[in-house]
Amino acid sequence: MTPIQSVLPSITPVLPEIVLSVGALLLVLWGAWRGERSAESTNLGALGLLIFTFFLVVSQTGTVTTLNGAFIADPFARVMKALILIGSSATILLSRDYFQRERIDRFEYPILIVLCTIGMMVMASANDLISLYLGLELQSLAAYVIAAFHRDDVKSTEAGLKYFVLGALSSGMLLYGASLVYGFTGTVSFPGIVTALGDGGPASFGLVLGIVFVAAGVAFKLAAVPFHMWTPDVYEGSPTPVTAFFASAPKMAAMAMTVRVFIGAFPDVTAVWQQIIVFVSIASMALGSFAAIGQRNLKRLMAYSSIGNVGYALIGLAAGSEEGIRGVVIYMVIYLAMTLGAFAVLLSLRRKDKMFETIDDLSGLSRTHPWLAFSLAAMMFSLAGIPPLAGFFAKFYVFAAAIKADLVALAVIGVVTSVVGAFYYLRLVKVMYFDEPQAAYERIPPGSAIVLAASSVVVVLFFLIPAPLVAAAGSAAKSLF
Amino acid sequence: MVGLGILSGLLIVPLAGAAFILTLGEETEAVKRNARWAALITTVVTFLLSLAAWARYDIASPSFQLVESHAWLAETIRFKLGVDGFSMPLILLTTFLMPFCIGASWLSVENRVKEYFVAFLVLETTMIGVFCALDLVLFYLFFEAGLIPMFLIIGIWGGKRRIYASFKFFLYTLLGSVLMLLAIMAMYWEAGTTDIPTLLSHRFPVGMQWWLWLAFFASFAVKMPMWPVHTWLPDAHVEAPTAGSVILAGILLKMGGYGFIRISLPMLPDASAEFAPLVFALSVIAIIFTSLTAMMQTDIKKLIAYSSVAHMGFVTLGLFTLNEQGIQGALFLMISHGIVSGALFLCVGVVYDRMHTREIAAYGGLVRRMPLYAAAMMVFTMANVGLPGTSGFVGEFLAMMGAFKANPTVAFFSVFGIILSAGYALWLYARVIYGKLEKPNLQGILDLDLREKIIIAPLVALTIWYGVHPAPVLDTFAPSTEALMQNMRTALANTQNAEAAAKAAKLAAAEKTAPETSQKIEAAAR
Repeated sequence: MTPIQSVLPSITPVLPEIVLSVGALLLVLWGAWRGERSAESTNLGALGLLIFTFFLVVSQTGTVTTLNGAFIADPFARVMKALILIGSSATILLSRDYFQRERIDRFEYPILIVLCTIGMMVMASANDLISLYLGLELQSLAAYVIAAFHRDDVKSTEAGLKYFVLGALSSGMLLYGASLVYGFTGTVSFPGIVTALGDGGPASFGLVLGIVFVAAGVAFKLAAVPFHMWTPDVYEGSPTPVTAFFASAPKMAAMAMTVRVFIGAFPDVTAVWQQIIVFVSIASMALGSFAAIGQRNLKRLMAYSSIGNVGYALIGLAAGSEEGIRGVVIYMVIYLAMTLGAFAVLLSLRRKDKMFETIDDLSGLSRTHPWLAFSLAAMMFSLAGIPPLAGFFAKFYVFAAAIKADLVALAVIGVVTSVVGAFYYLRLVKVMYFDEPQAAYERIPPGSAIVLAASSVVVVLFFLIPAPLVAAAGSAAKSLF
Repeated sequence: MVGLGILSGLLIVPLAGAAFILTLGEETEAVKRNARWAALITTVVTFLLSLAAWARYDIASPSFQLVESHAWLAETIRFKLGVDGFSMPLILLTTFLMPFCIGASWLSVENRVKEYFVAFLVLETTMIGVFCALDLVLFYLFFEAGLIPMFLIIGIWGGKRRIYASFKFFLYTLLGSVLMLLAIMAMYWEAGTTDIPTLLSHRFPVGMQWWLWLAFFASFAVKMPMWPVHTWLPDAHVEAPTAGSVILAGILLKMGGYGFIRISLPMLPDASAEFAPLVFALSVIAIIFTSLTAMMQTDIKKLIAYSSVAHMGFVTLGLFTLNEQGIQGALFLMISHGIVSGALFLCVGVVYDRMHTREIAAYGGLVRRMPLYAAAMMVFTMANVGLPGTSGFVGEFLAMMGAFKANPTVAFFSVFGIILSAGYALWLYARVIYGKLEKPNLQGILDLDLREKIIIAPLVALTIWYGVHPAPVLDTFAPSTEALMQNMRTALANTQNAEAAAKAAKLAAAEKTAPETSQKIEAAAR
């Protein structure tokens, strides 16, 4: 008789996910029992759960695989999970006030965020194609629902439907690509694929096709060009806190998944996928900077901004090196802070129960709300990549990796589009600082204030103590090579 | 090294002043007054601190002094500060000009006073940072960070077309700079560090130097600005408030020249020698073309802005002569131009505050109501022309002498710049100061008041003092310039030797293969 330990997989590495799942189920029970009155308490419960899990994640060490090799807990996964949890917690903080005022504060919302978070964490830790897909679907299904959470609102419903239809299509593509990869390598496990492909040797046509389909599915989840079309509509239509969520946590998960697939499963066939990533990166940077110029709506603007930012982060992946992945991780950390900060400001533009979301509504903000304007200006300069703000360091590391990998053309295109992008970020600063003020907005809600203060501190003061993050990102990248 | 040194102090004091001003409350008259005094005290303290640094500085040594190094991004990218003969005078110039800028904005800036002084103090930190950074990434950080406060200064407190001017200024300089960033990264991977003293002794492969040089050139040429990428400068100058123009002309333009002397010349000597003719050509075009453009301007500030571009042409010309006189002259010209053009903009500010126009045609005959003003303006105009006895002469003379040594044709053409500068500067003076006082609204104009006298008097004194006794400045530059030249000569000689050796080796190899080939041919013939 075999001892029970060898039959049952070790569960310690999966503990954060298990805690979250059990917590989510308990919250569902609590919500069902208390009914509509439970919105406030489930909010708090979900927030506590996410924060607890965050500490659980950061307290783990080492690299372990479990569940028959389907799940891996390494420094890279932990960093990305920490980011995902920060994004989700911040979303709950940002949502409370908005949902109460719009009278859509139901207990399902925080639970859906938690479920989505579980899916994202599984994506970050996936070590084979099946667990990757499982995580992805759990994340996506929860996301479709919260996009349409304002169910009496036409735009929100439309956003949810659009997201669902296109998301399902992309999941299909990813699955098709995965099945091709399985067909031509005979395994779904990432290390297995690496062994099956061996080293050198030209990749077979079927495998290339599979990689292309996987890349397409991944690009959709990242909202990278040419699979970005859903982004502006979904960002604009969804309730603003949900948009903040889409722009933060799922981006982290999608990037983690992308890195896992390309670096984890196809490290030796770089030639096959590098050009895809280079193309996607260039197209995203270009579209992100040029298309944003014409936008008046801030949510759409942030959508294009996020498309552009994914392009920059992908530069690191295109380099395909340890430095590149370090750059990706640093980029994602700083992008998270900038995005959350920008949305925290956006969620503060409220006057007499009406939300304002066009660029002109920011007019003269520096006179009426100096600190709000200062923070948003810092986020904008940072997104434009101007030192000494954090966004500069994010770009610095990905471009440095590209230069080292001899992708000079990619780097040059990248910096030039960043100058174009600077134009529209500057325009927001111009509207806030140079234009005439209008009536003041209401007091900033406490949840937004916390998120905004934290992200401003990160963005403005990052340059004083950058070493810890760089070191953490370095060890995360190292664990993949 | 533990703890912060005097250079960190220079960076921190203005920021501390800015932070203090931010804590002041709602903008009332009292708060405005406090903000002004706080800014003035901060800049004066910074200046005194820089004098203390100067006292500790050993003028005879070419090496970096007052060095401090703190952990930063990585072991090889550190927060390292230090000064040498090139940077020390520029730091002093920066800290010296700042109190004048604060003084010049005392009354002319009436709204958002707090933000105004905060922006200026932050700008001061970034400017000092550029000149004392001893790490390329840190250098870039300060180089770019200065754009943010300057963008706000032009955009918020500027003239009618301020928004256009601020965007043009920002995007133009940013586009130039990002290429420099890529070059810095390439240097990092090649040399393994961005530490400037280490890089100074690192020899980059000649082929790589070309690309690096061009990337740095893109940035510094825009910042300088050199023809044909100078078009942002007239717009920015015209729209910026007086103090903004002073800083722009006095300090920000010097960053380009400083970049050349700190990075391009010593680190990329082969490429610098190779590209010198290009720089010569652009400089000569700038000197003649922008002088002619200056002559036709109807706006006083725009005229001075174009004359700045022409003077910067002399600076680039002098730097790339690659001999002691040329480089010394260029450096001296940078200091002198910082004082003179700053003073000229302050003078324009004086009449602008009274009349609210910068049109040359709106003035005339000012000497009758403003004799003191006319005298001060006379000194600065002469210095701008480069009359012997003023600081402008020394720099231009030395730069020209260097140019004559390097390339007489270039020197010949650049001399026209001096004649033309006399043309536009004297003509401007004649139209504004001389003539009959006919315009009705000029009848009541007042001469300099006490505040303006205090601001302008030291500048007049310094312009003449450096004109007759330039030694203190030149002596400071000398050791570093000599070290630079020594370094460049060895580097260029090494490259030549290596090329000769490669050629010889090729010849030898060709000789070796020749018999074999002939044997083969013989074999084939058989």
